[in-house]
Amino acid sequence: MRDSDRKLLSGDEAVALAALHAGVALGTGYPGTPSTEILEHFSEIGGHAQWAPNEKVALEVALGVAFAGARAIATMKHVGLNVAADPLFTAAYTGVTGALIVVSADDPGLASSQNEQDNRHYAVAAGVPMLEPSDSQETYDFALQAVEISERWKIPVLLRLTTRVCHSRTIVRPRAPHAPRPAPNFERDIRGRVMIPSNARPAHKRLRQKLMEIQAWNETCSLNRVVEGDKSLGIITSGISYMHVRDAAPQASVLKLGFTNPLPLGKIHAFAASVNRCLVIEEGDPYLAGAIRAAGVKVESKPEMYRFGELNVARVRRILTGDTSPEPAPVPGKPPQLCPGCSHRNVFEAFHKLDCIVAGDIGCYTLGVLPPFEAMDSCVCMGASIGVGLGLRHVLPPEQARRVVSVIGDSTFVHGGITGLVEMVYNPPPTGHVVLILDNSTTAMTGHQEHPGTGRTLEHEPTGKVSFEDLGRSLGIKNVFISDPATDPAGFERLIQDCLANNQLNLIIARRPCLLIAGKIKEYERAGNQTCMAALSEQQ
Amino acid sequence: MKDAVTNIVIAGLGGQGVLKASGIVADAAFRCGLDVKQSELHGMSQRGGSVSSDVRFGREVFSPMVTAGEADFLVVVASDQVDVNRHQLRSGGVLIALDAVDATKLTNKRSFNVALLGALSRHLDFAETVWLDAIRAAFAEKLHAANLQAFAQGRKGV
Repeated sequence: MRDSDRKLLSGDEAVALAALHAGVALGTGYPGTPSTEILEHFSEIGGHAQWAPNEKVALEVALGVAFAGARAIATMKHVGLNVAADPLFTAAYTGVTGALIVVSADDPGLASSQNEQDNRHYAVAAGVPMLEPSDSQETYDFALQAVEISERWKIPVLLRLTTRVCHSRTIVRPRAPHAPRPAPNFERDIRGRVMIPSNARPAHKRLRQKLMEIQAWNETCSLNRVVEGDKSLGIITSGISYMHVRDAAPQASVLKLGFTNPLPLGKIHAFAASVNRCLVIEEGDPYLAGAIRAAGVKVESKPEMYRFGELNVARVRRILTGDTSPEPAPVPGKPPQLCPGCSHRNVFEAFHKLDCIVAGDIGCYTLGVLPPFEAMDSCVCMGASIGVGLGLRHVLPPEQARRVVSVIGDSTFVHGGITGLVEMVYNPPPTGHVVLILDNSTTAMTGHQEHPGTGRTLEHEPTGKVSFEDLGRSLGIKNVFISDPATDPAGFERLIQDCLANNQLNLIIARRPCLLIAGKIKEYERAGNQTCMAALSEQQ
Repeated sequence: MKDAVTNIVIAGLGGQGVLKASGIVADAAFRCGLDVKQSELHGMSQRGGSVSSDVRFGREVFSPMVTAGEADFLVVVASDQVDVNRHQLRSGGVLIALDAVDATKLTNKRSFNVALLGALSRHLDFAETVWLDAIRAAFAEKLHAANLQAFAQGRKGV
């Protein structure tokens, strides 16, 4: 391998490069830190990438690709897999004809998330193989390996990353692009893919049989390796924790697990028996420690305080010495804030002034909870603002119920808010309700990705556009308003006030492009118009 | 000491080019044939909050994160972020803050991050051409002149 082939890549870029080299026919997902850059980079380097309305749809599209015999990758942040869990669990039963890689980018330490769930549990619960790389080289290698495993056992594979793996740039030496793309072709397999109970019962047994075979294969698989060292201390670890361990305990023997479901319990047993003291060091939940102990292997685990937050070299040193004294408090930095001039500011100023009870959602506008606005009362998951707002309206005394609003961003609305709006029409509270879609024409929080409401594809090309106002009216909502909160803040405030008082169902679309990208949007629109004009003149 | 890993933390506020600067340092180390890791957290931090990025390079680097109290160099782009990040430095480590560069001599004030890299470069034994290549690779061509000038200004010292 020539040295000029070295690349300095983030873990996300490494997944994209591997997908390209593995002949992945389609990459799909929903933007979410720290996973977003995978599909953006895949598109940049020539892959076929699409944003889906949400992770469930993305995984279903990817599953269809894999049913057709091609290779697919679906990318999402950890909480996105909650949304996609429904197809994941049954896709494990149906299996795939081509390859299906599901990337879960977890966020221990909550750099930019609403929880720090550990998605390794999903691999066990759904019964899918799981790979956990530690740096960009491994991310590249493991993604290629995931395609091979998926095709060999006809099963979806979970590639589990974490923020530090996704967003750290490390050196990658790519292999030559390999594996000719399989030609997609439909082969009917009713018993394999139509999961009515009589087909699903044997499918579940087939899945468990596959997992037993995979576990046996994993015992000798090169994705798990031993770093020989001093036998007085043995450490079992995986993912980014491995890197911290090598710095914190350079002399120790290490069993580095890369393939972490189903676990190579024989190999783990042998390693534990080869050292005097055996300690499991892992970020997040004690997933490995629990499974290893359940298999009857005696290992030490980290104290409970290290379940929370990211690990780092200093924390691993503390785990090694059993130090449970309070950790130094992190020095508080400057918190993020809504950009100066952002039109969300006008919205939250109005909420604050009107003393609204605000059921909030996920996006930049969640920053409306911070001073000086302090105008958000709940934020749970994508789309929850509408359901939570309705629930509050149903039971609160009328004078409180009339203060409740649901506020949701444009991309979040498409992702998880549409069914909430249907619920509002179907089960209207006695005091009516007010839903505000803050439409800044982009997925701003994650770095300005397109979505179905912008009418542009991942590559910013014109495509079908979902109109929120048409959607609201078609559902039977009579009061649909479009307003720019920044050009007429007083009028906008009056509009909210009127809607709160009318005891009806109201949909307010607060529309103003994100100021960080307004210029870019105009460029895309001009380019899009030119494309349309060119197409028209060709037709003539 | 030849195998020792060099630890650098670059800190500032969202929008000041912290990640751009750490990317240039990492690329320079990469161009020197060293093992290198660059770590950053973004997301919420895009909205004007504190941002920091770690770069580690040497013969073999494991963790991508600089351990608190072990940074050899701390480069700070915003004056109010010095105290927030001082604990990153090891004793005897070098702080490179706003006073390392005469900002009035920059053709473009937005290149201050790169000017601080010029100041940092005085302490690292990367060839100057490596730095210049890394800077050119990091920016669109129309920004080359301003950033190369800023780097030269920082490298000159005050």
